[in-house]
Amino acid sequence: MLLLTCPNCGIAAEETELSAGGEAHLQRYGAGSSDDDFETYMFMRKNAKGVHFERWRHVNGCGKWFHAARCTMTLEVFGTYSAQTSEPPEDLIKHIKTKRPGWEGFVK
Amino acid sequence: MRRYSAFAIARESARYHTGWERAWRSPEPKKEYEVVIVGAGGHGLATAFYLGKNYGITNVAIIEKGWLGGGNTGRNTTIIRSNYLQDPSAALYEKARSLYETMSQDLNFNVMFSPRGVIMLAQTEHEIRGYQRTAHANALQGVETEWIGPKKVKELCPIIELKGPRFPVLGGLWQPRGGTARHDAVAWGYARACSDMGMDIIQKCEVTGVKQSDGQVTGIESTKGSFGCKKLGIVVAGHSSDLANMAGFRLPMESVALQALVSEPIKPIMDVVIMANTVHGYLSQSDKGEMVIGGGTDAFNNYTQRGSFHHIEETVRALSETFPMISRLKMLRQWGGIVDVTGDRSPIIGKTPLGGCFINCGWGTGGFKAIPGSGWAFAETLAKGEPGELAAPFGMERFIEGRFIDESVAAGVAH
Repeated sequence: MLLLTCPNCGIAAEETELSAGGEAHLQRYGAGSSDDDFETYMFMRKNAKGVHFERWRHVNGCGKWFHAARCTMTLEVFGTYSAQTSEPPEDLIKHIKTKRPGWEGFVK
Repeated sequence: MRRYSAFAIARESARYHTGWERAWRSPEPKKEYEVVIVGAGGHGLATAFYLGKNYGITNVAIIEKGWLGGGNTGRNTTIIRSNYLQDPSAALYEKARSLYETMSQDLNFNVMFSPRGVIMLAQTEHEIRGYQRTAHANALQGVETEWIGPKKVKELCPIIELKGPRFPVLGGLWQPRGGTARHDAVAWGYARACSDMGMDIIQKCEVTGVKQSDGQVTGIESTKGSFGCKKLGIVVAGHSSDLANMAGFRLPMESVALQALVSEPIKPIMDVVIMANTVHGYLSQSDKGEMVIGGGTDAFNNYTQRGSFHHIEETVRALSETFPMISRLKMLRQWGGIVDVTGDRSPIIGKTPLGGCFINCGWGTGGFKAIPGSGWAFAETLAKGEPGELAAPFGMERFIEGRFIDESVAAGVAH
């Protein structure tokens, strides 16, 4: 079972306490944007095989959203961080790079 | 290829079964093919088969990372049905279902197609309305389905508990021509027929790159060297995003784990397939006697071919309410597969931004039933360079056009 530590309340939550919210750091587009931009925002996903940044909600807990970095090949969790950011924190990226030397880095 | 027949069994029994030949060759790859298909699962092999049979294209290689039929083709719950709501889906799945009827004869390989009938249970008022609407839509599409009441459900499946505490059975959508088939045999049958037409099935060969020049595909790099090809067909289900990445484009898709399990084998207790979408479970009995049970997908991206155990628990808990007699059965095996789910729960068949490169993916949680129809439609797309009537609505451009084929009701969970 997946265990993620909620950065909001500090609890190590089991998967059944959480609700998955899909890929994180999507670039959002509003009214007046092109069809291409809307398609990218609404449907196109990295679906990364390896390091994946994603949104979670501590739904049966504090109820708050947060972000997690996880490997989709091994289910290893690299870390969790606040949802109030547009990209992963530097130290987490460094940590992932030590664990996955071949990783291309965070791409928007 | 020596044909399988009653006579062949008699002949071989008279000589200690020494005359059986391998069902397909395992050749060394050539340097150049007209068409390379990545993925030797049901969909990839069916595509190759219909390329040869319908269009006479046999200079084909089918490349497989693992072993033939070892992905989702060997991991599903073998349900075949075509009771979809939208016209393009009904046409494609009904084509597939009708091809299953003659598949054993067409391939000279017993795929054990068993049109035992499929019931999709309605256990809420919303499902009653939804399935009655689907039954009406199917009548217009020429797909034989029928809305049935609880009494008929009980007649068709005596072990069902109609008055369950949480989810009483209020009726169902009945497709008498739906059923099951032997999933491995479908892959093996197609592989044997493809090999017989002179196609090369190359197993344990992982694609590592897609070669291109001037926006046109020229071949692939793999762990067994590089091959040239004029056309490339990507049919790799859960790993489609990875292949698309190599080819230089993105897909509107996410890969998640879907699990299934079987019980210990028991004497025959049910001769229909039952799907219960409200409680996320479906149930049928295999010819060996195991109860074959499928459940829901995990919500997070995953490439590990194993899912979260609490999903299995939820599925079994719900099914044992509706089928109390299975509650004491032991679980024999449990496994997972990586399914490719698109935004509208319908597949993608068609061209890609890379010239000469075509894709067939997004079958999500219900690709097995579609194998022959998918192969038929994708072979046409590959052969002509343009999708035909069956495949045309399923192009990737539908996401930019907002022209969805929304099957999330028919396919959101049980598919």
